Amino acid sequence: MTTRTKNTLATTATWILVLIFFFPVFWMFLNGFKPESIASSAHPRLIFTPTLDGFRAAFDRGMQGYLINSLNASLWATLIAIVLAIPAAYALSIRRVKNVEGALTFFISTRFMPLAAVVLPLFMILKTLGLLDNIYVLAIIYAGVNLPVAVWMMRSFFLEVPFEIIEAARVDGAGLAREIFRIALPLVLPGVASAALITFIFSWNEYFLASLLTSSAARTTPPFLGSFVDGRGQFLAVLSAASTIAALPVIIAGWIAQKQLVRGLSMGAIK
Amino acid sequence: MTMTDTDTVPAATATDPRRVKKGQFRAARGLLAPAVLFLVLLTQIPFLVTIGFSLVKWNLLYPQDRGFTGLDNYATALTSGALGPSILATVLITALSVILSVLFGLLFALLLDRPFRGRALARTLMITPFLVMPAAAALIWKYSMFDTNIGILNWVSRSLHLPVLAWSTDHPLLTVVTVLTWQFTPFMMLILLAGLQGQDKGILEAAQVDGAGTWRTFTWITLPHLRMYVEIGVLLGAVIILQVFDPIAILTKGTGGTKTLAYLLYERAFIGLDVGEAAAYGVVTVILTIIVATVALRTLFKVFMAGGSR
Repeated sequence: MTTRTKNTLATTATWILVLIFFFPVFWMFLNGFKPESIASSAHPRLIFTPTLDGFRAAFDRGMQGYLINSLNASLWATLIAIVLAIPAAYALSIRRVKNVEGALTFFISTRFMPLAAVVLPLFMILKTLGLLDNIYVLAIIYAGVNLPVAVWMMRSFFLEVPFEIIEAARVDGAGLAREIFRIALPLVLPGVASAALITFIFSWNEYFLASLLTSSAARTTPPFLGSFVDGRGQFLAVLSAASTIAALPVIIAGWIAQKQLVRGLSMGAIK
Repeated sequence: MTMTDTDTVPAATATDPRRVKKGQFRAARGLLAPAVLFLVLLTQIPFLVTIGFSLVKWNLLYPQDRGFTGLDNYATALTSGALGPSILATVLITALSVILSVLFGLLFALLLDRPFRGRALARTLMITPFLVMPAAAALIWKYSMFDTNIGILNWVSRSLHLPVLAWSTDHPLLTVVTVLTWQFTPFMMLILLAGLQGQDKGILEAAQVDGAGTWRTFTWITLPHLRMYVEIGVLLGAVIILQVFDPIAILTKGTGGTKTLAYLLYERAFIGLDVGEAAAYGVVTVILTIIVATVALRTLFKVFMAGGSR
């Protein structure tokens, strides 16, 4: 076999495998545009007259409210996590505390702490305080869940800031706030984007805490989708439409920021 | 690094090096404190409360009958016969999903490391399963892939005259592992692809010149190089999958050997309303996670201390 045939074969195989792998997403997208009778039929159809009925049905079930809650929880969680992570990461990279390794271990051990281990007390405390089903409370908890990753990631970016720049600022008499926010931070904006992306993705997709700590007013999208499990009759088109809407923001964000994604997922370890 | 940092502070600002150093540490602590406090409040303290709960007899159905019971909840957890299978389910689901997604991830990383037309598009499509909301992914698989009537997998089986499978009831563990593998393969692929692209091309060329075939170059040079990336992927993936809840709740509701610790705790606490026993499962989950995470941490630090990975 010549190198060229080999290459063509490998490329063809790659595409076949990639398309098989992507198929469930494609099928979800397609089913969302099918009339219910075609989507829920035992004979899969690729050709059909597209309709927006599935999407309409999803919004008839009140989906916009859940989406707004998800957006609120994710955006606030991201904001809080970033605001807390920037100074903390700075104290672990440029203006260091004594025990950097200890602090890093502390952060990461809280990330590895199973949510199952903390959900009971959180539930009890929030119940006592009448704070269950509150979207801002959920946002604060999400910020806590994602803060360790944000700190680790921001740190890996701060470490790349040339120390001469910080030094020069100090010589010029820059205070700590100026040193961080005017000198160092503009150099690590990709890091901020990375940390924000990961926090947003994990908050938007989170199901366990959302289903336990919210019930109606603050219900987010994942538990709303989960409620389809108890559905009766035909619902594949509306489910696919709702899933498409729910998944789309993160899919698009992830597609745009592929580079940040790798670094974020590895907590800054892989550049 | 700390030493060199202070050493390079110019004399003009450092009248007394030790005082400057001390002030710096105080400022640094001030920067770190809010984040640490926030986490202590949200995770450390609740976890201590969980340990407290686990030592108390407390069923919300019998609010009067409440008091300290020592290790009774752990005894109940051990003797009720739920804990062993649950640990097994957690470990099996985690191990199988991680191993399979590393293998598939490696395959796709190798395929996508070659230059070909539309590579960027292929990569973009490949990462999508990881980005799909896990609840949506589980539902889509449950109804449009696994379903006995309308699922694509069974349509394929019927078309090939193979027996139809009731995936989530006949093979619950396989069902959960399939969905998790599908979601985590892109995660592994991204990490391994970064590893492949960080390879020294000169060494690969030298190996070719020396007459090492593709296979030998792969096993002798590429695989050892990838080792660290595999470790990062396995450990980060394992820590996430250990806690997995969504696919279990949606696909199997914990039936057929898929009742992971997270799901068991949920069942005991929010359906059985037994706070004490559920808390005991929570503590067990933490112990299991610590075992995995300790290994994970050691690796992560090794990677970071080696100066990142490039």
